[in-house]
Amino acid sequence: MSDQTPISPEDILTTAQSLRWEIGRDFHQDLMQDIYADAARITDRAVTRLDRNMHFDLDASIDRIVTSRVWGFPLMILLFTLVFWITITGANIPSGWLAGLLLDKFHPVLKAFSVEIGLPWWLGGILIDGMYLATAWVVSVMLPPMAIFFPLFTLLEDFGYLPRLAFNLDNLFKKAGANGKQALTMMMGFGCNAAGVVSTRIIDSSRERLIAIITNNFALCNGRWPTQILIASLFIGVLVPAHLAGLISALSVVGVAMLGVLLTFAVSWALSRTILKGEISTFSLELPPYRPPRILQTIYTSLIDRTIFVLWRAVVFALPAGALIWLISNIHISSASLAEYLINFLNPLGILVGLNGVILLAYILAIPANEIVIPTVLMLTVLSTGMHEMGQGAGVMFEMEAGSGIMALLQAGGWTLLTAVNLMLFSLVHNPCSTTLYTIYKETGSLKWTLISAVLPLGLGFSLTVLVSQVWRLISGIGSPG
Amino acid sequence: MNDGISKPESGAYPASAFHHAANLKKLGIDMQDWDYVVALAGNPNTGKSTVFNAFTGLRQHTGNWPGKTVSRAEGGFQFASRHYKLVDLPGTYSLLTTSYDEEIARDFILFGQPDVVVVDATRLERNLNLALQVMELTERVVICLNFIDEARRHKIQIDEHQLTRDLGVPVIPTSARYGEGLPKLLQAIHDVATGRMICKPYRIQGEAAALKRSISVLVEQIKTLYPALPNARWLALRLLDGDERIAEALVRGELGDLGQHK
Repeated sequence: MSDQTPISPEDILTTAQSLRWEIGRDFHQDLMQDIYADAARITDRAVTRLDRNMHFDLDASIDRIVTSRVWGFPLMILLFTLVFWITITGANIPSGWLAGLLLDKFHPVLKAFSVEIGLPWWLGGILIDGMYLATAWVVSVMLPPMAIFFPLFTLLEDFGYLPRLAFNLDNLFKKAGANGKQALTMMMGFGCNAAGVVSTRIIDSSRERLIAIITNNFALCNGRWPTQILIASLFIGVLVPAHLAGLISALSVVGVAMLGVLLTFAVSWALSRTILKGEISTFSLELPPYRPPRILQTIYTSLIDRTIFVLWRAVVFALPAGALIWLISNIHISSASLAEYLINFLNPLGILVGLNGVILLAYILAIPANEIVIPTVLMLTVLSTGMHEMGQGAGVMFEMEAGSGIMALLQAGGWTLLTAVNLMLFSLVHNPCSTTLYTIYKETGSLKWTLISAVLPLGLGFSLTVLVSQVWRLISGIGSPG
Repeated sequence: MNDGISKPESGAYPASAFHHAANLKKLGIDMQDWDYVVALAGNPNTGKSTVFNAFTGLRQHTGNWPGKTVSRAEGGFQFASRHYKLVDLPGTYSLLTTSYDEEIARDFILFGQPDVVVVDATRLERNLNLALQVMELTERVVICLNFIDEARRHKIQIDEHQLTRDLGVPVIPTSARYGEGLPKLLQAIHDVATGRMICKPYRIQGEAAALKRSISVLVEQIKTLYPALPNARWLALRLLDGDERIAEALVRGELGDLGQHK
């Protein structure tokens, strides 16, 4: 090499390339080892451990139980059941109170006011029977369970339990051909799938990252917890004596969440053996120290960060959805409304998969936000059952006592236990909301993977509900098709 | 601490700031109203966000698990009447692989040339790896040993003076959760940013003879081309490792104006 001629960047690259042959293939690994050795040497000189053996290590003792092979999973199910039991039993009273206030008290007042100031009937309909009622439903159905569930979940997170959970699941993910860090992104997905998808950035391998993105939807998210909790307490809780209702409802929600975890493994396994084959990379998960949770601050931040955030998003989507629902229910073509046409069109498919046309239409309307599925279902049911005397006309999201009233309404809409079970399953396994899909598109930059992320769970959801309803109908002898 | 944004009274201090304002702007940080920019690097879940919040007075929820800070968080604080912009980089275990997060952290330090990089090295033996890599990239480093209360609880004694001597950069034990050690950390950041303290960072040792030779050949060439570059040795290592992003930056001339004080 000559130093006389001026050096260009390309020369340097050529030099680097030729030198790479001299230093050997293990260069990267050797360098990492050198760094680790240096770090260890420097640490040794500065760190002294006092009474190394005499000290009782509380963290290690807790970890031995929490991450043990025998107790790890039962403890996980126990903790989550407890969280949902507290949520379900605790949310009933404030939910009823809010519904009473927003629906029974405020709605007639607003309605009367709109008549008084002479609003045209259709404008009053869109604003008050559509937008206001949709929002009121979202608030009264969602706020109480969220205000209880999120602080509890955040306390588990703050205490340091979630990383242990990830630690327990790490090995299973590796067996499924995915990255251990997917356990963490799944945990994030339990809050919000869009956030979960963004968090997959911590996974280095693009193959494993795609698996984590596609399967994140199987982590039950904020928008879907309230649906699960409500349907479980309405349909599953009533199957058992009253004092067990809360516990059984909680267990069924935990069951659905666990099914989501199982599906995450199964789909990861299938993907890593078909369209996303490749090497598994390894990483070591560090367990952070347990910290005494600061309860007041946790409640404050989880209310601000999660509850209000999620509620706000739901309200933002509920407003236009409410207007849309009112419109399709009140625009009539010959004798029937647009909504009735849509419901009748979707009904055959709905019945086949053990749901009904109302639920399918609600899911189409709720693509922007899963939060509004239940309010939409209720409103459309009112419409399709023609129970107009219970409300104030077609398209009005219903005012009634929370709980029993909803139950009566849904039963009139032809709902059975099978419908409820399938709704819970379909709520877990269907396409991600549009926010999540948009996030997937931004993160992967690929229309193909975004489509796969939408179609794969949707197809799986339909297969699952068809299977369940066929088996159900066979067993209960109500006659199976064919 | 964060008492609003105001322009510095005189241009004297910012003139001596080290950061690369034009590149920072490309990275999304406008330095117009700030004197210095401080980057916060560390392993995932070492309480980086807690340190960040303690400085900026933000009450962003800090989760007790890895991977919480996915995108970059920004804030600011004032110390000794200087305005500091604080950028919380994503948590990473190293700067030597090519995951998305590591690239964000690496590019910010390399191209943005922050005035100080605070490296959070809570669990020393594992976390020092990252600190050593950052110290190859820039010499303006302050190391923060967060969770010193946890260390005490586990009866672990850390001699920060020994560490400071060995590493050649200030090492400050803190417990950001309880505000312990933060004034000292701020002072150290200030001293490094203003140039009152010159760091002599430890360099990774123990390379094989062939590697040492290769590095010195490359470093010499890089220094001939860009004499002002502060981290030619690190660049040489990256080029030897076949890092395409760095090779591209070299060809495109992105490295040329780094290291020149403005």
